[in-house]
Amino acid sequence: MDVLLTPSGGKEHLLLGNEAIVRGALEAGMAFATCYPGTPSSEVPDTLYRLRKQFPNKVKYYFEYSTNEKVALECAAGAAASGVRTLCTMKHVGVNVAADPLMTLAYVGVNAGMVILTADDPSLFSSQNEQDNRYYARLSGLPMLEPCGPAEAKEMTSYCFELSEELGSPVMIRTTTRVNHAREAVPFVKLGKVKQTSKFVKNPMRYVTVPAVSRNLHLRLLNLYNQAQAISEKSPYNQIVGKGKLGVITSGVAANYVLDAVGDLGAKSKIKVLKLGFTYPLPEKKIARFLGSVDKVLIVEELEPILEEAVKAIAQEKGISVEIVGKVPGKVPAKSVDIEAPNFFSRAFEYNPRLVREVIAKTFGLEFNEPAEISLAGMPTPPGRPPNLCPGCPHRATYFVVKEVAGDEAIYPTDIGCYTLGVLPPIKAADFLICMGSSVSSSGGISRATGQKVVSFIGDSTFFHSGITGLVNAVHNNHNFTLVVLDNGTTAMTGHQPHPGVNTEAIGDITTHIPLEPLIKGLGVKHVVTIKPFKVRAAKKAIEEAIAFEGVSVVISQELCPLFARRVAPTTKRVFQVVEDKCKGHLDCIKKVACPAMFVENGQARINPLQCIGCALCAQICPENAILPVKAKG
Amino acid sequence: MSTQRIVFVGVGGQGNLLASNLLGQAALAAGQHVVVSEIHGMAQRGGVVESAVILGDATSPIVSNGEADVLVSFEPVEALRLLNKVNKHSLVITNTRPLPPFTVAIGAASYPAPEESVAFLKKKLDKVIAFDGQALAEEAKNPLSLNMVMLGALFGAVDLPIDVKTMKKIIRTQTKKRFAAANVLAFDLGYKAAA
Repeated sequence: MDVLLTPSGGKEHLLLGNEAIVRGALEAGMAFATCYPGTPSSEVPDTLYRLRKQFPNKVKYYFEYSTNEKVALECAAGAAASGVRTLCTMKHVGVNVAADPLMTLAYVGVNAGMVILTADDPSLFSSQNEQDNRYYARLSGLPMLEPCGPAEAKEMTSYCFELSEELGSPVMIRTTTRVNHAREAVPFVKLGKVKQTSKFVKNPMRYVTVPAVSRNLHLRLLNLYNQAQAISEKSPYNQIVGKGKLGVITSGVAANYVLDAVGDLGAKSKIKVLKLGFTYPLPEKKIARFLGSVDKVLIVEELEPILEEAVKAIAQEKGISVEIVGKVPGKVPAKSVDIEAPNFFSRAFEYNPRLVREVIAKTFGLEFNEPAEISLAGMPTPPGRPPNLCPGCPHRATYFVVKEVAGDEAIYPTDIGCYTLGVLPPIKAADFLICMGSSVSSSGGISRATGQKVVSFIGDSTFFHSGITGLVNAVHNNHNFTLVVLDNGTTAMTGHQPHPGVNTEAIGDITTHIPLEPLIKGLGVKHVVTIKPFKVRAAKKAIEEAIAFEGVSVVISQELCPLFARRVAPTTKRVFQVVEDKCKGHLDCIKKVACPAMFVENGQARINPLQCIGCALCAQICPENAILPVKAKG
Repeated sequence: MSTQRIVFVGVGGQGNLLASNLLGQAALAAGQHVVVSEIHGMAQRGGVVESAVILGDATSPIVSNGEADVLVSFEPVEALRLLNKVNKHSLVITNTRPLPPFTVAIGAASYPAPEESVAFLKKKLDKVIAFDGQALAEEAKNPLSLNMVMLGALFGAVDLPIDVKTMKKIIRTQTKKRFAAANVLAFDLGYKAAA
């Protein structure tokens, strides 16, 4: 039995923030959950999926990986409007995809608790931007809570279901990577009862957002602000810690850095902290009282100065003249955080304990000790260790073949997935990427505007997520480019989640498999071909033809992700070796594809037999035919 | 009690996150306050994997530059890469068996000799423990148990508020059954190497 399904409460368990969110939802009796996976949110849906699969008789909720975040939110909205408790999870940029339903769902509201998780990623550990989704609460008018760690994440998730029902409105819970991916002791309460089904009660004057209805719904939403604001004033999640005439206002994970700093600085009797967890609407009166009780206030929040501006506005409105400081206005870190962490509060990158301690000390004129740092001068330079496509990854083969045909001159819009690693040398087949699905649509723009040869790449999951509409557009508007769908049969990057193109039988799911080729043909693409990327010669011919085709052509490059295959369809292939007598040291095999199983020794290529999985790509590249399978023993 | 900040660094596939998670569970079982943090995502494709275990009063999930009390490195050059995490008084425990990245394989970068890396560590720090942990993992008959070797070394070298028995019980019950015995042996070998 999994600890997350423990029926009783009382004990503490070490949980990942994302597991804590799952437990919180289960304690609230969640009956319905939808998502699109994405770091740092993925372990929430992955845990829900795993529990349902492992314990079908214990688990009482419906769960799905939806095709994208907009679909996930709309599906969840339908369930919550029908009266079952619903969770919908996504990463921060996923909310952009779901923003359209979000804005009007806020008008319509729900009939049972609905919680929307937005998992933000300050410092961009695995994202294309570090947008601050606290703005979405303000944009949509939905209440938002921000936990500071796993234990609070569990408690708040449960509470958000209650709050959502009290207000008849979805509630957002906003985490950051350091909350999602931290572990701490989480106290359990007992699992909640699950109301699994309900009945949709017709009420078009509420649910059908024609202008006449929405005008009223907007007034409802504005009144909701007042109601939620009153709850926020009294919320135990907005609490004052410590005492003193110096004030700090903080929220989210930064609250930990502040509280640790106050202790480390020995300033518990000097600094009073207003720790905010219910952050939209803000507890304006509580903040005003706090401002009135201190001589100076420092705002500690990662990313945008949202609290800072709100607190300044409250001070202005109430005529409180206390000095309020936070971000250094207009100052931007000179270097990226992976080179040097900033030493002041800026709008870029996550904070850390030392930064917060030093800024608090400097702001309030307190003494602080800097650690005895060591000089790194003269250090042997560590070689770069960027993430790389795995040995035997079919993307490497596809990239090799496409580059052989289209060279460095073609423009390669790409998309989001493992294959984005194709940006690295020696592959270098990634020229433009802004979001999920942008490969397909931007290809039309680039080829129309320039007449240059365009070959774009998209993964199978990403194609289902947001590539289809772009492809319809390209066909309809007579664009001219080749789209390569890298079909590895799974959502590899985020941890092998299923998607509509997955062979559902192989993984034992009862969902329906939608094959790519008939779908793409059905969209009106005139030239569609499916290739096996490890059959280099045939693949090359097919890609030449596709690229020569005038108009939109699609190549489906089909081969299972080897990590996924190892689980669902294990096969053993003979590994390869370099025949030393034959290898003349061209090193094409290494220079062109950089498989991590290969290395150079005495000017010759070598293959690490523990890493090779026998894909045979290098053997087909070698001009001397010096790479052969290791003979079977005996 | 005071705070102990332990940073683990390794390469995707070395089991770094399992080590920090098990240490966190042992801390909880020993009644200690603990926060563990991990970086997932792109790291699983052969990149650098970092995690932290913070024991004691602190609630912050991460360790700032210069503030790690202990750096446990599963690979010699990764100890160098994360050296900005430590200060003069920190302890660095490192495996000396190299795992060169593909940038070295393709000739885009060179790999410093492990002795050179260890010499630099020793020049800069009061306390360095360096040994071939991979050899001990192999001796324990599970080449994948380097993470347990390094965890053992941590216990051997550092006075932690968690007793060894509790840690071993967690290893025995929380790792895969068929590897449990080898894992405990690997832990013991690492413990001896660093004690």
